[in-house]
Amino acid sequence: MKKLILALAATAMMAGAAQAQSYPSRPVTMIVPFAAGGPTDIIARIVGEHMSKTLGQQIVVENVAGAGGTTGITRAAQSKNDGYTIMMGHMGTHGAAPALYANLKYDPTKDFEPIGMAAGTPILIVGKKNFPAKDLKEMMAYLKANPDKVNQAHAGIGAVSHMTCILFNSQLGIKPTAVPYSGTGPALNDLVSGQVDYMCDQIVNLVQQVKAGSIKAYAIATPVRSPALPDVPTTKEAGMPEYEVTAWNAIFAPKDTPKEIVTALTEALNKALDDEMTKTRLLELGGVLPTKDERGGKWLGEFVTKEVARWTPVLKDAPK
Amino acid sequence: MEAFLGNLALGFGVALTLKNIFLCFVGCMVGTLIGVLPGVGPIATIAMLLPITFGFDPTGALIMLAGIYYGAQYGGSTTAILVNIPGEATSVVTTLDGHQMAKQGRAGVALGMAAMGSFFAGTVATLLIAALGQPLTKLAQLFGPAEYFALMIMGLVFAVVLARGSILKAICMILLGLLLATVGTDLETGQERMTLGIQDLSDGVDFAVLAMGIFGFAEIVRNLENPETRDVVRAAIGRLWPNKDDFRQSYFPILRGTIIGSILGILPGNGAVLGPFASYTIEKKIAKDSRRFGRGAIEGVAGPESANNAGAQTAFIPLLTLGIPPNAVMALMVGAMTIHGIIPGPQVMTKNPELFWGMVASMWVGNLMLVIINLPLIGLWVKLLQVPYRMMFPAIMIFCCIGIYSINNSTSDVLFTAFFGLVGYTLLKFGFEPAPMLLGFVLGKLMEEKLRQALILSRGSFSTFIERPVSAGLLLVAVVMLAIALLPSIRKGRDEVFTE
Repeated sequence: MKKLILALAATAMMAGAAQAQSYPSRPVTMIVPFAAGGPTDIIARIVGEHMSKTLGQQIVVENVAGAGGTTGITRAAQSKNDGYTIMMGHMGTHGAAPALYANLKYDPTKDFEPIGMAAGTPILIVGKKNFPAKDLKEMMAYLKANPDKVNQAHAGIGAVSHMTCILFNSQLGIKPTAVPYSGTGPALNDLVSGQVDYMCDQIVNLVQQVKAGSIKAYAIATPVRSPALPDVPTTKEAGMPEYEVTAWNAIFAPKDTPKEIVTALTEALNKALDDEMTKTRLLELGGVLPTKDERGGKWLGEFVTKEVARWTPVLKDAPK
Repeated sequence: MEAFLGNLALGFGVALTLKNIFLCFVGCMVGTLIGVLPGVGPIATIAMLLPITFGFDPTGALIMLAGIYYGAQYGGSTTAILVNIPGEATSVVTTLDGHQMAKQGRAGVALGMAAMGSFFAGTVATLLIAALGQPLTKLAQLFGPAEYFALMIMGLVFAVVLARGSILKAICMILLGLLLATVGTDLETGQERMTLGIQDLSDGVDFAVLAMGIFGFAEIVRNLENPETRDVVRAAIGRLWPNKDDFRQSYFPILRGTIIGSILGILPGNGAVLGPFASYTIEKKIAKDSRRFGRGAIEGVAGPESANNAGAQTAFIPLLTLGIPPNAVMALMVGAMTIHGIIPGPQVMTKNPELFWGMVASMWVGNLMLVIINLPLIGLWVKLLQVPYRMMFPAIMIFCCIGIYSINNSTSDVLFTAFFGLVGYTLLKFGFEPAPMLLGFVLGKLMEEKLRQALILSRGSFSTFIERPVSAGLLLVAVVMLAIALLPSIRKGRDEVFTE
């Protein structure tokens, strides 16, 4: 009997010791609000792999897709704020969602502890192969001259291609016919076959078609050219400097996650972004990495506020 | 020709390394297993296995994942023939005659013919991918939204003509399927439709949830209700090798099925699912005595099975050449390729020739493997399926639930599956066939999308469907088919065929 009590006591002590151990003591779940295999998922997996090494515990990616990513983010926002559930947020879920979803159950600016920017993918403006414009300036002129004739494709309400093209159109002051598709694949298919005239989307989705010459790239909406398509000018070079947009992905924790845990996660993320191997893998995807100033939670928090302010008026005014 | 042979040589060089043969074997085995077990589909399996392939090189990983996909098509027919449950959506048609053959003690012949038809179709489709990959993508590219819409109308008409029992009931089920497909977020406006405020419905009803509920769960409930009529064949499997007559009857159906399946498989938009339906309808229409269909006609197994496998394989064409996935499984393949740093598209063929040709060659190797491993293993599959139902159904239920849960990591999906199980059971009780509903559902989403796209592009003019020749042609076929099915004389004959 005595032995049993001793054993129990020992077990209890060990349990206590385990609890006092520093974070994390078990695997961390990272909710990705999109299906496996998409750009956000791949970035989460690449970054998560290196963060696991730093944290000493596995980061397990869980894909919870639906409603433009808001299903997964809602679930993550409502989960326990003990640092064992974090999420990969994205331009849509943390920038455009308030304007797109009337019943959104979270506020991107208030309900999260920002951990840091992970990586983004630049936006490319592309047109069908025989679109009668040879550069961006001609394209802009053509679009303005033929507002009733042109058809623009996008991959569904709330998709990156939808939002970024609305921004493009609103900056040009045009309202073309928008043709919705359920995903980038079918939209691209109809662009390649010339059923629609132009679209805007993440470079990763388009680079092979551009290289093969089955669609035409007009400009990339980043300050510098992409190594993936060095011949494509930036929007600044091509004559539309105000159009600068990146589909960003950033890590968040639920609101009121303890400070030391947020710090540990931010440090692990920064270490991953400093790792040569991780960097190379992200760059190979055509990704853009945050600069030193753009790292950490504080910058991200301010950035999210700016993004919500930027997208809300554009999307609310847009023709549905 | 020299380049073609050179490419194939390169491909076999890659596919026949020890490691890739092993991966192909693993893929085929896993695929067959999940194909045999109703309820666990290739989508869930590939999604679950995706992380495991992280450690492999991209070619090996894709060879294995592709093996799972076409292995499942083989396995799916085994279940269709032996248990009357389509293991996969594409083997729905095989249940009609395959299971009847099994009841007559000719299960072995049905399985053997299905395997041989599939192998032939697989061989042809492999050669087709190799030879026609590039030119054929041009054909798929002729299809704009209007053509897709017309094609799907044709598919639904096929489904009506094919359905057993009353045409009215079949049309009702298709309409129910179309209606179910409209649940979810409106594509154009982003408004939620018929979601009843349930957030899990905002992306619509999941195909796997519906299919598993209607086919899997409902079937289990029905079997439990009436244990004696359980459909697993207890009759002897019989010899596997078909006799001279069987071969004579099957040559042309296999050939036609292969051609139909190959063509439909290339079309993006899951045309592969239509292959078996189309093949069955054609075989039945041109048969001298169409009454045999539904009562164990070997043509009704040979044709659709070849179409099924040919379509499964040619579905890789838009993926490998255009980088555009034609169905959900191919979309997962895109994910797998991207994870390994290969962006699918026209560049794959030139930039990663060893991947492209290695995969093509491994498909043929895999098909050969499936025949060699599966025919001797049929006994094992039968044993697996002959496990008493009371012992098997909990296992199937658990597999189904795990599969459903793992798609979106969502518990409500499992509850929805249970709900659709009840719906399916009720429908069966009232004599409604669930298959047309499922087809209506699958095509519904895409059909609405394409209809609206076509109308947006034509600025609201319906004449676009008639002005475009391909679309007009497809619609004409649909109208003719429907007219034939509704003609009084033929209709009478049809009713006789379908009443048992």
